[in-house]
Amino acid sequence: MNFEELHEIAKIENEKRAQFEYSINVCVAAGCMSCGSLELLTSFKKEIERRGIENWCKAKGVGCLGLCSAGPLVSVQRYDQKSEVIYKSVTLDNVHEIVDALTGEPVGRLACSKEMSFFKNQQKIVLENFGNIDPEKIEEYIAVGGYEPLYTVLREMSPANVIEQIVKSGLRGRGGGGYPTGLKWTTVMKASGNQKYIICNADEGDPGAFMDRSVLESDPHRVLEGMAIAGYAVGADKGFIYVRAEYPLAIRRLKKAITQAEQLGVLGRGIFNTPFNFDIKLRLGAGAFVCGEETALISSIEGSRGNPRPRPPYPAEYGLWGSPTLINNVETFANIPAIIRNGSAWFASIGTEKSKGTKVFALAGRINNTGLIEVPMGTTLREIVFNIGGGIPEGSKFKAVQTGGPSGGCITSDYLDTPADYESLTKLGSIMGSGGMIVMDDTSCMVDVAKFFVEFCMTESCGKCVPCRDGSAQMYHLLSKITSGEGNINDIHMLEKLSDLINNTSLCGLGMTMPNPVVSTMHFFKDEYLAHVHDKICPAGVCNMKRGGRK
Amino acid sequence: MKKVSQIQTLIIDGKEVGGKSDESILQVAKENDIFIPTLCYLEGLSDYGGCRMCIVEVKGMPRLVPACTTLIREGMEVTTNSEKIHNYRLSILALLFTERNHICSACVSNGHCELQTLALKLGLTHVEFPYIFPKMPVDATHDRFIADHNRCVLCGRCVRACHEVEGAHTKDIMGRGITSRVITDLKESWGSSKTCTSCGKCVHVCPTGALTEKGKSVAEMEKRRQFLPYLKLMRERR
Amino acid sequence: MSKEIKQTSLKEDRRLRMVDRTMRIYGNEPHALIETLHAVQESYGFIDTDLMQYVAEKLGVPLSKVYGVATFYHFFTLKPQGEHTCVVCTGTACYISGAKAIMDDFAKKYDLLPGETTKDNKLSLLTARCLGACGLAPAIVFDGVVAGKQTPETVSNTIERWFKNEL
Repeated sequence: MNFEELHEIAKIENEKRAQFEYSINVCVAAGCMSCGSLELLTSFKKEIERRGIENWCKAKGVGCLGLCSAGPLVSVQRYDQKSEVIYKSVTLDNVHEIVDALTGEPVGRLACSKEMSFFKNQQKIVLENFGNIDPEKIEEYIAVGGYEPLYTVLREMSPANVIEQIVKSGLRGRGGGGYPTGLKWTTVMKASGNQKYIICNADEGDPGAFMDRSVLESDPHRVLEGMAIAGYAVGADKGFIYVRAEYPLAIRRLKKAITQAEQLGVLGRGIFNTPFNFDIKLRLGAGAFVCGEETALISSIEGSRGNPRPRPPYPAEYGLWGSPTLINNVETFANIPAIIRNGSAWFASIGTEKSKGTKVFALAGRINNTGLIEVPMGTTLREIVFNIGGGIPEGSKFKAVQTGGPSGGCITSDYLDTPADYESLTKLGSIMGSGGMIVMDDTSCMVDVAKFFVEFCMTESCGKCVPCRDGSAQMYHLLSKITSGEGNINDIHMLEKLSDLINNTSLCGLGMTMPNPVVSTMHFFKDEYLAHVHDKICPAGVCNMKRGGRK
Repeated sequence: MKKVSQIQTLIIDGKEVGGKSDESILQVAKENDIFIPTLCYLEGLSDYGGCRMCIVEVKGMPRLVPACTTLIREGMEVTTNSEKIHNYRLSILALLFTERNHICSACVSNGHCELQTLALKLGLTHVEFPYIFPKMPVDATHDRFIADHNRCVLCGRCVRACHEVEGAHTKDIMGRGITSRVITDLKESWGSSKTCTSCGKCVHVCPTGALTEKGKSVAEMEKRRQFLPYLKLMRERR
Repeated sequence: MSKEIKQTSLKEDRRLRMVDRTMRIYGNEPHALIETLHAVQESYGFIDTDLMQYVAEKLGVPLSKVYGVATFYHFFTLKPQGEHTCVVCTGTACYISGAKAIMDDFAKKYDLLPGETTKDNKLSLLTARCLGACGLAPAIVFDGVVAGKQTPETVSNTIERWFKNEL
């Protein structure tokens, strides 16, 4: 494969596309698929065939269109005018009228308003190809400029150049910690060793987060390309993607993408006629949240129990099978091709002073527009929840938004004007995390929510270190006591003490951050805790209080 | 390729000490008679970092670090004991006591138990957390040894000794979190194990009465592990 | 009768071949343990001790390690599953949107707790830590197919149809 061949593929593909005046893009990511979008796609194809309009209209599957709550979503694109209509909650009965409406007015009652802030107020980098290309066709990725950044890197840039670009872009790890990506790459590049590895962390374990799943299902090549660029930059020729077994569709699409990339020669030996080799293998997780921790993930790829080990040494120096290893998250890798294509200055111009670029968030819970969004770093939580997210369902009241999953905290309405960036969320006792945002209304009891997360961490604790293993069990016991109306004020003091202990003495990130949901809810919703212990009342009416009070 | 170790000087508890760059804070402290409590650590086995008893403060580091796995650095200033560290250690010990059924008066290791010794040494007078009192099995099927899971602290010493020193890997840990447990082979009875060499190393590295020899009285059940560093050295030289 | 036995052993053979193939792809290296256990579970529905022993021997991994790994990862199950399986997502979004009510309903109607199978071996209840279908909370996987926005009523509808062999 050389540059001309790559361009040829893009040209052919674009010519193919140009033949069609209309494209009916049906979302075939996991969310819409579970609402029957595959049958819908087949039905559209049949309808087009039946009408004999296949020479100017085609139907295809595309990646996530974002508004998961209103699935299945169908986007009708018109090439000459470059216009697009997005239909929501489409059923098999609607196929006929949507095809009817191709040349006329859109079907008003099914169409999402173009003015809807959900679509208008986003800025897409990672999600740029979502809803546009077929994730199972490498040609479509190439047609939108895919694998060109890899070519540029291999033919025109030195590894040091590439890393310089990443450093200058200000990109930080999207998995949660926010460690500067360029710095990580530099360390791995400088580490001595003949064999180095790239690992893509796709073990998206935070309950309530589905950004990585969507990226892998909707634009898998983007991640492969990012990994290959990283491999060239740090001097690694082997990559692993550690993906959750709970994501069968993502696994299938990744496998397909890797095979296609190998066949075309954008992965494998001598990529673009350079001496650079890069292979990517998949490794499946098996249901262990702790494997999102770097050292536990490595242990899991090696075929062992996912126990973390103390750091240092960091994986950058001593990682997979003892070799220097670069571990980045899916979204981090997905940003790389765009940074190479558009330059580090462009990327650094987006976002805030310390948090550059955009962030993908998964909105879920008691919010109207649940789904996937991408906004510049620093967008306020209010904008995300009330404008893009469409606010809270009618009749209920916003109570808190939970970010960062079991390692994060709750943010109340008083702080909704906080910009969503790494530092600001940390200051509020939460974290950016991988990007899950769960919105809660007054039907949620915050003590119960804290119990939910502690129970999660208790069952996900690997059991290696004492504070996390035993501390989580004690905290769960205390919270169960409080939520059943049998707690007293001492239990609250003990929760505080355990939180401090676990946070300060645990071995890995899971333990250290486990108390966050408790500390955060105790800070913002102390009155709810007190109502449970003093008055034996659950103000939200969620907890089953054994003694006194109402339910 | 072995890195050449350099001599580094550092301060531990106000005392100026020296050590080699590949030594841990714990090793250097031991060489200088500075006491740091440990439980999962055992000379001759790999470092585990699980019990968190040996946490110390290092000036300039944002978090407490385990002395067993943290290598020394030139100019490091270490505090091995402060009120804060002491209280954390007490709480961790207390958590260990609540986890299983540690009733010293009914234990064959009474008087020779590292958990008990630590509690006495650190002055653990009461356990503030509720006891969990799980129902744990006792495996007495082996003709020479007994495994009493009620006394186990999941320090992983037996697993490491069996794997690293004896090379049998008969023991491992199953499950995770609070439900983890040490197992023999496919969670089989110890007596029927085909991989166990009955060498007894696991018994002698066990800090508590979880692994003991049959037929020993309380006074006799002292653990001998002087062989470990020697075996480790001999294994390395093979 | 003899024909039936022959068919089962052939089927067994095919299942084992899939496990063997997985091990071979990874060069029978010890690090293939987790991938191999996935293959075992996929072909047999669960991981039993005989197969653990087989895998341990083939990959040269200690028995206790195989057991330790198989029980560390919650995706693996050591118990055979019922004819139909229901995986309830217990992620945050599903939890606050009513997954708990669905679980309570299972306990009430079918006397099932997570990880259990009904006595007649018809139905197994499992839980998952977030399927990533949070936009459709609460989500449930019925025999491998994800369904969103479930309620206790829709769930029991599906199950009743299973029981009546309508699905």
